[in-house]
Order: sequence, then structure tokens, then C-alpha cells
Amino acid sequence: MSAPVPPAPWVDWTALWQIVVLGLIAGAGLPALFAIGLRALRLSGGRRAQAAGADAAAVAGGSVVGVAAAAVCFAVVLAAVGWGIYAIVSGA
Amino acid sequence: MVVTALSFDFTNGFHDTGNAMATSIATRALPPRIAVALSGVLNLVGAFLSLSVAATIASGLVDTGLVTLTVVFAGLAGGIIWNLLTWLLGIPSSSSHALIGGVIGSTLAAAGGHAIQWHNLFAKVIIPAGLSPVVAGCVAALGTWMIYRISQQLSEGARNRGFRIGQIGSASMVSLAHGTNDAQKTMGVITLALIVNGTVPATASAPFWVILTCALAISIGTYMGGWRVIRTLGKGLVEIESPQGMAAESASAAVILISSHFGYSLSTTHVATGSILGTGVGKKGATVRWSVAGRMASAWLLTLPAAAVAGAAAYGLASLIGGSAGVLVDLVLLIAVAGAIYWKSRQTPVGHHNVNAEWTGSVEPARVAAAPAAA
Repeated sequence: MSAPVPPAPWVDWTALWQIVVLGLIAGAGLPALFAIGLRALRLSGGRRAQAAGADAAAVAGGSVVGVAAAAVCFAVVLAAVGWGIYAIVSGA
Repeated sequence: MVVTALSFDFTNGFHDTGNAMATSIATRALPPRIAVALSGVLNLVGAFLSLSVAATIASGLVDTGLVTLTVVFAGLAGGIIWNLLTWLLGIPSSSSHALIGGVIGSTLAAAGGHAIQWHNLFAKVIIPAGLSPVVAGCVAALGTWMIYRISQQLSEGARNRGFRIGQIGSASMVSLAHGTNDAQKTMGVITLALIVNGTVPATASAPFWVILTCALAISIGTYMGGWRVIRTLGKGLVEIESPQGMAAESASAAVILISSHFGYSLSTTHVATGSILGTGVGKKGATVRWSVAGRMASAWLLTLPAAAVAGAAAYGLASLIGGSAGVLVDLVLLIAVAGAIYWKSRQTPVGHHNVNAEWTGSVEPARVAAAPAAA
């Protein structure tokens, strides 16, 4: 019986901390960015927001800046997802 | 032999739909049937996308030189039985561990302890399995906490609507990841069988028809929907809102994909359960049913040995009778057990109609509560 090439450590600490850090960035950071996007989207042009009790449930507010900021946030999230799928396909 | 492997794949999909879709169903982001259909399709796509995990599961854990077809068959039988039993109880146990346990058990019975690569078993399977739910839980808890901080000024309606979309997206990623991971485990086993049989050389990767049938089996299994497991994950552990659902699914997808990048094929089940627990911890005032979590954790500990015992028993029986007659007896027994479990499950059915019924302490919803839950 040939001994296995250098025995792997029980716990690969390098891989573990990388998984934790990357996991936090992708798994918690992206949803947070999504939340910021939602909040930006909801920004409206001042008084209308408080007055309009009726459309309190509407997702989009009225602010152009808000919509633009939201678009940036969502684009980053989508790009990250796309990169993730690419990483699977390329089998890295 | 191949049919048994495919049935395992089917129970795998069946068992694991909940990992991806439980939270979307519980928060009503998607109607139950649409959710399982989506998950099934994505599993199919995922199974084709990546082929890197398939080889490791077969060759790294047992000495392939000592494995016979009967051993693989008995291992699969053990895995299937454990999967069905836990499904009956609505416990989201790991299908990967059931498979690994079954194969290890039958190898042990056939060839003894030296055929198992114990060190790899610990370093690649058992230790990552212990760590992964913790990591996923932490990620999900932090994600949940941040999301609620950021979105606290949004009205409840706006928040739920927005996050439902995010939730569907992130749950789809989990389904995809599940397809890339779990369909491959079965491909690995079928390939192992083909290698043992001498049909393909030892260094071969999975032939195309193996990939295709595995992909189909897992997606059909997913579509059938393991409603019992979905119910436990979506309603039993924590009462989930859309933002939590999104946080949990994102954490699961991230941890699974990143880990498989490092060559750890984690159990989707462990990661998803850890995430859902984490999202309960991360939200103020959320109730986490730790007793349900404890029941699951003990089932996880049991999965490897129990499937191993079932696998060893299946091998013992087959070799006692001997030859193909032994395998045949095993097969008949397996079908009988599967049928009995199915029959038992019909006594208190859990389906898309009552999957969201109020949690009353067990996976079987109270009969009265079942009707209004159909939405």
C-alpha cells in the first residue's frame, strides 16, 4: 500500500478563511447592496412621500437620482451573479 | 444498477427542493407549484453546467480497486432508504451524506476498514459538514441584520415586494448550485460502477448519457417536490419574511459556490439549514425553534452511520444469498420498503395545498388548518 502524497491537513485554514470572507462579501454584501438599491428607488421628491399614504406600498418613488443610484446597485448585483454563473460554467 | 442510481438521484432532487425553494414558498414570493417547477428546470441546467465534482466523490473516499458492482448497489440502496425515511419525518438531512454513508457501509461490509480512506473522509466530508452550517449561518445573520437596518424606513409593503424579487433570484441561484453539485454525485457513482464493470477506463469522466439521465432524474425529483421537507425548512425553523428569505438564499448560494470552488462539495442541506437559522438569529424579535433545529442536527449526526448500516445490511444480504439472486432480493426489498414509506406518507399527506399551514409542532399540519392555506 503506497502512502498518500503528503497527507492533507484536517482543516484547511487558508481555504476556510477565504470561504468566510468571500462568503460574507457575496452572501451578505450583495443582499445589503440590493437593499440599498431598494431604498434608493423608494426615495421620492420630498413631500409627496409623506402625503401619499395610498401608495405607501409602491416600490418606486419619484426621485431621478434615487432611480439612477438604484440602477447602479442592481447592476452591480446582477454583474456579481453573472460572474458567479460564469465561474461555475468555466469550472474554475 | 443504473436504475437504482437514478432512483437515488430522484430522491435526492425530491428531498432537496426545500433547500432552494422553502423560503420562497413560505413567504409566498412564488406559488408552490411554480417554485418547484422553476427549481427543477434550474437543476437540469445546473447539472449540465459543471462537471468538476463528479470524479472526487467516487475515487477519493474508498479504494476503487476493492469495490464491486454489488457494493455500489448496496450503498445506493442504503442511501435511498435513509433519504425516504427522513423525508417521511420531514427532516432535511443531507442526501450527499446518505450516499457517502451507504457506499462506505457496503464497502466496509465487503472489504473491511482498510478499503476506506478515513483521513479523506474526515478532511473532505465530516469536518466541512460541521463547519458549513456555522459559516452559512453567520453570513445569513449578518446579511439579515444589514438588510433590516438599511430598509427599516421602507413601508412593509414596499419592502416585501422588492425583496420577493431578490428572493426569487437568489433562490434560483441555489437551485442552480444544487444541480451543479448534487446531480454530479450520482454521475460519479454511475461512473464508478462503469469503471468497476470495465465499461470505461478508470480515468474516464462521465459519458454523456449518464449526464443526461442524471440531470433529468434530479430535476423530475425536484419537480415532484419534497413538500414535507419544504414545510419544515420554511415554516418549522423560523417564521420567515421576504428580506430574511433573500438573505438566507444569498448566503447559501455564496457559501456553496465558493466552497465548491475550493473543491469541497458541501451538503446543500446543511448550508441551507444553517442559513435559515442564521436569518432567524439576525432579525430582532424572530423566534427560532431550536428544538426543531436540534432534531435536525441529531439526524445529521445519524445520517452517515445509519446509511452505512443500511448499506452494509444490503450488502450482507446480497452476498449471503449470492450472485444476481442476492441483488434481486435486495431490489425487491428496497421497493417494498419504499412502497411502505410512501403508503405511510399518504396517511397524512403534505402537498402544495397545505405546505404553508400554521406550524403546530410537527410536520403534519392539523387537518382543519389545511384548507385556508391553499392560496
